Amino acid sequence: MTSSVITSFFLIAGAFFSLLAAIGVLRFPDLYTRMHAATKAPAFGLLLLQTGAAVYFSSLYTTLISILVIVIIFLTAPVASHLISRVAHYTGTQKWSKTLIDELEAESIIPEASEKTGGEESS
Amino acid sequence: MMDNLPELPVWVEMLTLALLSSAMLLALIRLYRGPSPADRIVALDLIASVTLCFAVAFAVISGVSRYLDIAAIVALVTFIGTVAYATYLKKRYND
Repeated sequence: MTSSVITSFFLIAGAFFSLLAAIGVLRFPDLYTRMHAATKAPAFGLLLLQTGAAVYFSSLYTTLISILVIVIIFLTAPVASHLISRVAHYTGTQKWSKTLIDELEAESIIPEASEKTGGEESS
Repeated sequence: MMDNLPELPVWVEMLTLALLSSAMLLALIRLYRGPSPADRIVALDLIASVTLCFAVAFAVISGVSRYLDIAAIVALVTFIGTVAYATYLKKRYND
């Protein structure tokens, strides 16, 4: 009974956070703000869902698989989103009109990167 | 495997699936609209996350813990897919 209530809570909370992420991706004005919504919220929602599954089955196998998936997601999601944002900045994606600061452009990392890839291409 | 698992209320299962389905629908709308290719990559990433959530929720609802393996595999493949898309985008821009 208790386990059922805890699992129900975790399931609904996890699904709700996924829905929040989707609303953010649909409604935010900019690629970078959209990515902010699309990276953090689903990872947290998945953590809640996996915790719910681990509580529901309450076996060693399920708990280990849940921990594995959580670790994989929390290691790879930031790397992937960093890669996407870098590529988007590199290819000149349009920024939101109210963007205040762009440190990547200010540090002029982008021309250096283009020189490096250009050198690789010519060789 | 189905022995003495706790019983979930039906409305909990239905509400979970409804929330996840609407999340998938909104992500598909962004995938269709997305002005730039990077927006579409973000939408695809989100769709993969929602698919993971679907796999976990379906494992709990059906009571078969083997379905959690799907989540592990999808979590591993998603990252490689996103990196491949990003690399392709950068390569196409350089050419």
